[in-house]
Amino acid sequence: MAQLDSKIPSGPLADKWRKHKAEIKLVNPANKRKYKVIVVGAGLAGSSASATLAELGYQVETFVFHDSPRRAHSIAAQGGVNAAKNYQNDGDSVHRLFYDTLKGGDYRAREANVHRLAEVSVNIIDQCVAQGVPFAREYGGLLANRSFGGAQVSRTFYARGQTGQQLLLGAYSALSKMIGQGGVKLHVNSEMLDLVIVDGQAKGIIVRNLVTGEITRHAADAVILATGGYGNVFNLSTYARGSNATAIWRAYKRGACFANPCYTQIHPTCIPVSGDYQSKLTLMSESLRNDGRIWVPKKKEDCAKDPNSIAEADRDYYLERMYPSFGNLAPRDIASRAAKRVCDEGRGVGPSGLGVYLDFSDAIRRLTEAGVRERYGNLFDIYHEITNENAYKTPMRIYPAVHYTMGGLWVDYNLMSNVPGLFVLGEANFSDHGANRLGASALMQGLADGYFVVPYTVGDYLASQKPGSRPSPDAPEFKAAEANITGLTSRLLSIKGSHPVSYFHKKLGHLMWTYCGMARTKEGLEKALVEIPKLRAEFWAAVTVPGSAGTLNQSLEQAGRVADFLELGELLCRDALTREESCGGHFREEHQHPDGECKRDDENFAHVAAWEYQGEGKTPLRNTEPLNYEFVKMSVRNYK
Amino acid sequence: MVAANSTKTISVTIRVWRQDGPDKPGAFKDYPATNLSPDMSFLEMLDVVNDGLTLNGEEPIAFAHDCREGICGTCSLVINGKPHGPNKAVASCQTYMRSFQDGETIVIEPFRANPFPVIKDLITDRSAFDKIQQAGGFISVRTGAACDANATPVPKENADLAMDAAQCIGCGACVAACKNASAMLFVSAKVSQLGLLPQGQPERDKRVLNMVATMDSLGFGSCTNQYECSAACPKAISHDFIARMNRDYVKASFRASFRPVSAGASGGAG
Repeated sequence: MAQLDSKIPSGPLADKWRKHKAEIKLVNPANKRKYKVIVVGAGLAGSSASATLAELGYQVETFVFHDSPRRAHSIAAQGGVNAAKNYQNDGDSVHRLFYDTLKGGDYRAREANVHRLAEVSVNIIDQCVAQGVPFAREYGGLLANRSFGGAQVSRTFYARGQTGQQLLLGAYSALSKMIGQGGVKLHVNSEMLDLVIVDGQAKGIIVRNLVTGEITRHAADAVILATGGYGNVFNLSTYARGSNATAIWRAYKRGACFANPCYTQIHPTCIPVSGDYQSKLTLMSESLRNDGRIWVPKKKEDCAKDPNSIAEADRDYYLERMYPSFGNLAPRDIASRAAKRVCDEGRGVGPSGLGVYLDFSDAIRRLTEAGVRERYGNLFDIYHEITNENAYKTPMRIYPAVHYTMGGLWVDYNLMSNVPGLFVLGEANFSDHGANRLGASALMQGLADGYFVVPYTVGDYLASQKPGSRPSPDAPEFKAAEANITGLTSRLLSIKGSHPVSYFHKKLGHLMWTYCGMARTKEGLEKALVEIPKLRAEFWAAVTVPGSAGTLNQSLEQAGRVADFLELGELLCRDALTREESCGGHFREEHQHPDGECKRDDENFAHVAAWEYQGEGKTPLRNTEPLNYEFVKMSVRNYK
Repeated sequence: MVAANSTKTISVTIRVWRQDGPDKPGAFKDYPATNLSPDMSFLEMLDVVNDGLTLNGEEPIAFAHDCREGICGTCSLVINGKPHGPNKAVASCQTYMRSFQDGETIVIEPFRANPFPVIKDLITDRSAFDKIQQAGGFISVRTGAACDANATPVPKENADLAMDAAQCIGCGACVAACKNASAMLFVSAKVSQLGLLPQGQPERDKRVLNMVATMDSLGFGSCTNQYECSAACPKAISHDFIARMNRDYVKASFRASFRPVSAGASGGAG
């Protein structure tokens, strides 16, 4: 049974991080260059960690499956990054950001982690501005802000609708500088396929070069995974097509606990599904809810009508009606469920009936069309490209879609997993968002982990490792792991069945969305737990992967990732079934208040569920880490 | 209007460049793509064709893609002779089948430029862009060393212009569109973004000199002012930035020739 010590420092909440930084071990500058750190992934967390660790003097090797670190999916985040700067003088503070984030997560995150996140948020903005990130500014030259869901202050910094792009390019520029100076050795087109454990500690990885097919072994003193979330287990999502869970899943199978996999975020404002050929869903930024109003017709018979012809009195602005104090800026989980509910009542719009209107006509009256264009022009353009509709004239149609995963590998306060030497950052870990993430907090967490947390905490671990003691990549553990991967590859290529990989991914996605999507039930989850293993068996009997192992082979890449999703999906459903409560993005129909809101069970479920792999075909072990709230009272989340 | 999109489907022939590897010969090959929804994206059309090829025991067409929302810069198709296809200011992944006619033959090629060698089929190696970036596309600021973000005001006009340049997604369409395979639009976008901001001033000269030298050494050609680059750019980045970079380059070269170098610049005080 895994030991889950959260290592939360003692003392007052606001002093914990400062105190911890003062107490953890340091590595002297002459020794830093003797340690090698592997970083997998180069999104916000991976790039910022790689650059910062190299600046500190460590030897860093960074692995990305993309052809360039600038392509990581952080690039696609649209809306913004939160920080408790209080530049708007609207009463914001570190405490408020902490509290909003903790409450937004439905009291299922650690207090100490979330407080640290809020503390370092201010440093993130300073760092990014110094790097030349062109945030939006006011005419006086100072930084502009906007509001996001779950907050009553304006604390979101943004760069048009491309904030993730600009932050990632900032971190990429810092990484590029260190690559140019030789501090970071970059491996592109390199996918991590296994974690190597030596004497119980993470000491390396096995990598496949996606261009040549070559499998290589890499040893280090510590391994950092910053490989993003696992939302593509649903097949259709706002994730990039390449986003995958392989790195964290294989680390799980090597002993790292997987925490709260059932905490998945369904984003309320995405472009609805149009056909079965569809490969991805596109987000329309939450920032649109600052000015757009969400509604459906009050009467079912109006649903097929031209929305502009439906009288004001016949429209149901349901978020404003149900949550008057937060209105259209209700948090994501709440807004998504409300959309599902009105569509389930038969009041959804669009050809599939799975859509609601996001209407800018009031904003256009208030700000003019040019004013709306200045704020959201690129989003309206994206909408037009995809749907061929002009949202300045007719309301957008939106529907919830899978967008983010709050769960991930279990980490302690130092962001180290239960496997010593294995650190996990950003969306790949479970640490800061509880059961629901607030908008503009993913970018904040990725950069907080990479720039301001792991550079300190990795030193604390390395100080306990003798310099020069890292194993050779020729050690038996490395060779065994390599043989494992080579075997897996040949197995996939040898099946030569009758269905392409996409067939299984679509089927899995359909099962996940149906039984483990916005609303979950015991019966549905039990059914999924029967169907997913069946589908997995079918995959291993009937998939066809053309081509060979020793070349660029996109089918083979996809096959390995989908094989992992077919296992992860089962764990996700198992976690959802075991968590007999509703909280944040995890909504169990059996556990709701009379008004349809989430009914948490703090007595029995105020804990982290960290699943431990027990071997193929065996039920994983459910470890728990209690969430002890010392400073905040867990209460019913209220946005009314 | 609700869902004006028609339910009618179209069928096309795709004429695709197939090439097994960097040193292998390539050739066009035709494939039918039938019963396509006009609302299907171009890459989704390729997905469907590829699933068909897979089931027929043929290797699917290799093409680069990832985010499929026009921001990661991975997709890189030349469609009917145009990088990123017929529509302005979109990437290949944001091209939809409604842009094509029923019965049309669509020619699909990789980005073609010497500094972007073909890896396989429609995938090219664009790592040259990363090398240019590593030569100077950054502001040197150690993590944690920054002053308060509002300590340095930036005129909104400059911040907006810097953002226009910063939108570059690094796809390389500018190079593919240019008869000289010039990377001037890409390089000038980064040079301009950082040069427009006060934070970028200390390294401004060094940045432009190093980035241009690296660009030249990697085999990219020169700009002859035809502006195919900005016409093909999925972010519609203006060629005005090329002029801005040229000014920066001339000034920086001039200053570099006359600037006295501190005798103490090479060593620290013990």
